[in-house]
Amino acid sequence: MKVGIVIFPGSNCDYDAYQAFKMIDGVEVEYLWHGSDDLRSVDTVVLPGGFAHGDYLRAGSIARFSPIMKRVIEFSDSGGFVIGICNGFQVLLESGLLPGALMKNSNLRFVCRDVILRVENANTAFTSGLKQGQLFKMPVAHGEGNYYADTMTLSKLESEDRVVFRYVDRGGVVTAEANPNGSINGIAGIINEKGNVLGMMPHPERAIEQILGSIDGGHIVRSVCMAKS
Amino acid sequence: MKFQAKVTVSLKESVLDPQGQTIGNALLDLGFENILKVKTGKIFTLEIDAETESDAARTASEAASKLLANPVIEQYKVEVVP
Repeated sequence: MKVGIVIFPGSNCDYDAYQAFKMIDGVEVEYLWHGSDDLRSVDTVVLPGGFAHGDYLRAGSIARFSPIMKRVIEFSDSGGFVIGICNGFQVLLESGLLPGALMKNSNLRFVCRDVILRVENANTAFTSGLKQGQLFKMPVAHGEGNYYADTMTLSKLESEDRVVFRYVDRGGVVTAEANPNGSINGIAGIINEKGNVLGMMPHPERAIEQILGSIDGGHIVRSVCMAKS
Repeated sequence: MKFQAKVTVSLKESVLDPQGQTIGNALLDLGFENILKVKTGKIFTLEIDAETESDAARTASEAASKLLANPVIEQYKVEVVP
């Protein structure tokens, strides 16, 4: 399969994402420049972390109008797999590919630390290689990761099992202390209605080797590569 | 004709504004006991070439709803000055 990593001006996890996906057997990885309008027949598009267009105005708000995003939206409309990590998640929300918004962290600080994630739904195309309730350790690094959705959207997300990852403590419990950004219901990642667009704040691509502190992200990357329509 | 439009973007009432709260607390610490609430926002000043004032207002509203504000969490107000 072929994975395409989009590079916006200001992306800074593009190379990490490239490495992480490259490590998976049978996966070919390509970079896609934001100014291009060609997805080069990739099977999965990755919107990596960073500060696309300097995060001016709002994180992801300018990036959503990059030429490649038109193609990404068409691609996802026709069932193509798209995953947005951190800034990529922000771009997906601004593009309307996922519902809700990411606001400033509730403590108003940029948060850069390890978190523990619980797999809330192992039945999505992206998470079939994971176990329900499995815990993973990986870093978050963001100033705007405080997920918000209005009450109706939130109850729809919850009732349709579209919250894919949640911040929990070591015991697997959702607590305020385990939540790095004040995200509603401890939400760390969500999926769209059709199940082909995933957005998450934590960085699996930064947890793929023991020297980085955790290899847990590799499980998520591997599982994402198993996505088949 | 050239018009100037002022677009004020702020968080919706239903959305928590931790920045506003923090600033409010700081003001309270400074003795501003009669300031009950602080809301933060952004102001954009747009210079617009348009035939009429209402055309300019329409352009500014379009810009606000398409890019300047995120309708999920924000609201906006447009004022046009000739």
